[in-house]
Amino acid sequence: MTTTEPDVILRLSNVVKDFPGVRALDGVELEVRAGEVHCLLGQNGAGKSTLIKVLAGVHKADAGTVEWLGEPVSFANPQAAMKAGIATIYQELDLVDDMSVAENVFLGHEPRKFGFVLPGQAARNTTTILRRLGHAEVPPRRLVRALPNAGKQLVSMARALSHEAKLIIMDEPSAVLAHDEVANLFRIIRDLTAQGIAVVYISHRLEEIREIGDRVTVLRDGQTSAVNLPARTTPTRDLVSRMTGRNIEYVFPPRPETERGELLLEVENLSRDNEFHDVSLKVHGGEIVGIAGLVGSGRSELLETIFGARRADSGSITMSGKPLRGSVATAVRAGLGMAPEERKSQALLLGEPVYRNMTLTTFSRIARFGFTDADREQRESMAVADQLELRPRDVRRSVSTLSGGNQQKVVVGRWLLGGTKLLILDEPTRGVDIGARAELYQVIRQLTAQGVGVLLVSSEVPEVLGLADRVLVMREGRVVRQADAGQLTEDDVLDLVMAGSLDTSGEEAA
Amino acid sequence: MTALTTTGWWRDESREPLRRNLGLIGVLVALFGIGAIIRPDLYGDPQWVVDNTLVILQQAAAIGVVTVGMTFVIIGGGIDLSVGALIALAGVWSTTVATQSFGAGGMIFTAIIVGVLAGLVNGVLIAYGRLVPFIATLAMLVAARGLAAQISGKQTQVSNDQFINGLASSKVLGIPSLVLVLLAVAGLGWVLLNRTTFGRRTVAIGGNQEAARLAGINVRRHTMLLYALSGLCCGIAAIMLTSLATSSQAAAAELYELDAIAAAIIGGTLLSGGRGTVTGSLIGVVVFATITNLFAIANLPTEVQNMVKGGIIVFAVLVQQLKFKSVKQLLTRT
Repeated sequence: MTTTEPDVILRLSNVVKDFPGVRALDGVELEVRAGEVHCLLGQNGAGKSTLIKVLAGVHKADAGTVEWLGEPVSFANPQAAMKAGIATIYQELDLVDDMSVAENVFLGHEPRKFGFVLPGQAARNTTTILRRLGHAEVPPRRLVRALPNAGKQLVSMARALSHEAKLIIMDEPSAVLAHDEVANLFRIIRDLTAQGIAVVYISHRLEEIREIGDRVTVLRDGQTSAVNLPARTTPTRDLVSRMTGRNIEYVFPPRPETERGELLLEVENLSRDNEFHDVSLKVHGGEIVGIAGLVGSGRSELLETIFGARRADSGSITMSGKPLRGSVATAVRAGLGMAPEERKSQALLLGEPVYRNMTLTTFSRIARFGFTDADREQRESMAVADQLELRPRDVRRSVSTLSGGNQQKVVVGRWLLGGTKLLILDEPTRGVDIGARAELYQVIRQLTAQGVGVLLVSSEVPEVLGLADRVLVMREGRVVRQADAGQLTEDDVLDLVMAGSLDTSGEEAA
Repeated sequence: MTALTTTGWWRDESREPLRRNLGLIGVLVALFGIGAIIRPDLYGDPQWVVDNTLVILQQAAAIGVVTVGMTFVIIGGGIDLSVGALIALAGVWSTTVATQSFGAGGMIFTAIIVGVLAGLVNGVLIAYGRLVPFIATLAMLVAARGLAAQISGKQTQVSNDQFINGLASSKVLGIPSLVLVLLAVAGLGWVLLNRTTFGRRTVAIGGNQEAARLAGINVRRHTMLLYALSGLCCGIAAIMLTSLATSSQAAAAELYELDAIAAAIIGGTLLSGGRGTVTGSLIGVVVFATITNLFAIANLPTEVQNMVKGGIIVFAVLVQQLKFKSVKQLLTRT
């Protein structure tokens, strides 16, 4: 890098986008330079997705200018944006699972001669591109279905490069990745920027923005509340306040100094082949037990087994002294509830109103002689909505119109209605913005004050340490440490979690 | 987003079924209008119109009953291709000489039991054997027709029971008995879907099977029951068809599965599950029966009739995707 001032390749000024009844973008500014990682920060609903879609040619701006490589542009469709050199990698990767890597990379612009596609040529070109990304080992003829998430992301990036993209927009790329895969992603991003390609990086995770970002633009309510902040040095408090419009000093509610209640859940020597081994744990009423571990450490499988959704190979689970026999129905009857990891695909009926989602476990009990009682369901849901400060406070609204944080409240609320004694939370704040997170933490604490026990899994170590009373660290299906949260630091946990995984990560990087 | 979308009540998502049903009723009115243009002499006579409407409903009765069961299966995320074959099987079984010796009660009982048991076999294969519904019920389609041919020796079995034979021509309060059967089944179906835990479970499983399972709903048992319900409807329809023809044969109710699926789809039932209404399906059945009736009145060949039906299915699904925004949007989207 010898240039003193890198070129600005993309400049948005005063961009406005209206939808019927909503102004999604209200005068957005953005400036991206060649070879930089420009982070876009904002709560859910701040307008990030709309902004991406304007850049990708999915939406057209209603007012304002988009300048690309010095020329004012307005992309008619996504193909036009792609041709101009702007590639977008969406969170839900738009790949065809049953096509090969090379076919995906060159989808829509296959190398061809006299109208016949040239698979060999495509495969060779794909390998060249993958080498540029530092992953020449990925076989171009392998089906995309067979690749892990990280590999799929790589294919998406290869596709972007096949279009000679000068700007790659990445929408929460780390959300689907395990910890060590994120490190690999960052290495690729650094390689890309070294080649002069600009990256617009969207993430909820501040620590990632610190690590990979050059500059940050913050969106709030469709407006830019800050532009071009230095990514590494801007204090967290500033970023959060610009995102939320308020200061969050204490994200985690204080731990109350109360005695823990009776023993609720007792798991002894629980094992499932190739998933987890010999796990024992106890959860009392009124306490939060957190499990820290990477994706693939067996934590989600453990939770699902405790909840009866998977069958244990050996070991025992007892709830309030009574043994549980592997079925979800018996677990629910015994007072267990679970908010699963994938909210949309595992917990919600997106086409149904909020109250029916809240009463999904209780409508049978509310019903009389098999006849449902919609009025009572709405009343009881409303009470829970009040308790959880659901926004908007309308239980007849379709749950699909709610933000991620409020959808999560609906899932948690479902179990409050059922009089659940022990709540299992798998990644409760995934895809939830910082403001709504603080509220969820508060909700979880309130539950324990009512005597509910909570078993929590999160891949964000600070969350486990900040929220839980007791922490279990899992690695490769085993509990490697169990301690009070106060006795562990983030570094301790990360060391425990990462130890031993070094050789495997070395293998993957090779 | 910053503000809530404020639109009229007709845009409200929960009004979707009502909007669609009004659209279908509009189609019925249009068909009536076409009839009035073609045969003003007939449509000008109020008594003929009433009689003709009852004829249409009479013809829609058996397929309507089957469509109610099909609607439940599709809302629950499945499909039942075996309904036509189950009707044939139940019809043939209930009209064997041996069964007929037990009288009308024995015949009705047999038809219903055969329908329910065959439906249960579908359900067990799908819910516990983890077969894809399409495959399991396709296999049942072939097998049940085979068994029906075996039982009947490929002969038409004449019904000698006066009650069964008289059912189709009898009326209660001026309404044909078969139409009353359809209304009763549809009414019970509506209550079952909208007011009971059974209906709520059906919607939950079809909308998001994993969410239903993790909420403690016994997905397998319920899936099995859905196919048994469809089989029950087939058993009822078998009696109705036997009554209409005063006989049964292994080739009866050919392609009923397609008619029932088509009626449910144009009635707004989502083929992927989780959404649908009994009322919509019922109107869908009536729309198809009205078209058949109109073609008969106009003396037009059935080939054209089938093409029109195909066009209506495509049109209905297009409207389903369009959601009444604008034609321009439909044509320009990529």
